[in-house]
Amino acid sequence: MKAVIFGTTTLVAAAAIGLYVWQSTSGTPNPCGTTAIAGSTIGGPFELVSETGETVTDADVITKPTLVYFGYTFCPDVCPLDSMRNAQAAYMLEDQGLDIGTLFISVDPQRDTPEVVRDFTDNFHEDMIGLTGSPEQVRAASRAYKTYYQAHEDDPEFYLVDHSTQTYLMFPETGLATFFRRDTSPEEIAATTACFMGQLT
Amino acid sequence: MKPHKLAALAAFTLMASTAHADSVSIENARAFATAPTAMAGGGFLTITNTGDQDDTLIGIRADFPRVELHTTEFTDGVARMMHLDAIPVPAGETVSLEPGGLHVMFMGLRGNPLEEGETIPATLIFENAGEVEITFDIVKRDMAHSN
Repeated sequence: MKAVIFGTTTLVAAAAIGLYVWQSTSGTPNPCGTTAIAGSTIGGPFELVSETGETVTDADVITKPTLVYFGYTFCPDVCPLDSMRNAQAAYMLEDQGLDIGTLFISVDPQRDTPEVVRDFTDNFHEDMIGLTGSPEQVRAASRAYKTYYQAHEDDPEFYLVDHSTQTYLMFPETGLATFFRRDTSPEEIAATTACFMGQLT
Repeated sequence: MKPHKLAALAAFTLMASTAHADSVSIENARAFATAPTAMAGGGFLTITNTGDQDDTLIGIRADFPRVELHTTEFTDGVARMMHLDAIPVPAGETVSLEPGGLHVMFMGLRGNPLEEGETIPATLIFENAGEVEITFDIVKRDMAHSN
């Protein structure tokens, strides 16, 4: 298990380095700003469990440009802040007549039941989709998106989970457009997302 | 002799607690309302040490199965939340427990979510100032994004 986790971290680090190298060597940067990692394989198929307990795939839930975030509901601070930020970006785009989706994927399958994830996401945006799954399903989805998570094993009920905090902008046909760090403002996310949506229409 | 001694002790205790209560001031204690099935919630506040002696927040008590002081660290985009045993509040300085950093974690809500408009009575425990009673107001999460 440890080897797998370190492997994932290494992949994320490698992806980040790849992005910087690509950005600094690319002669024609994308006008939408920071953009996809060249040859990136971030994203792809996953199978998870919806807020109503049904098994869903990426094709079922990424039907429009979508902000994808991995977190857990027991997290009282960072995950709500980031989810709220993503929801705000969605509302801003809605005001401009642009429809995007927001997706919250739990990395705490043990505690995050479909009901808990549904309540959590409804707090931020009525259309935010919350997904959970079996430990294997969640692990596979996290691996596809090259995110890191690791539960602390010090307490059976009140454990914390370390996790990546980037938000991905995914398109149904073309996959990853870019990703946002957690210090990105809702305004910046809305502007960048609108720019990418303009390129693809 | 004995009553005298007790009176002296009482006077000392009173003086001590008055001085200590005066040495920290707490502002803006708030917690964000949670979803109905939430298992945990975050609390935030601002502590100012108005005294001339360094102090340390060493604990908090409230009526939940577990309440802890936490901080979040970010390394390479990964958030790591950690339990803290102590938060230093140096003399004359203000320490803020704010979203994205230091916070109080109320754990084990178990069907009793934090509801807007309600309050959470709690006791802060300082090394020097002793116990300070405070009340967290439960508010709707504000839309401002901070880190």
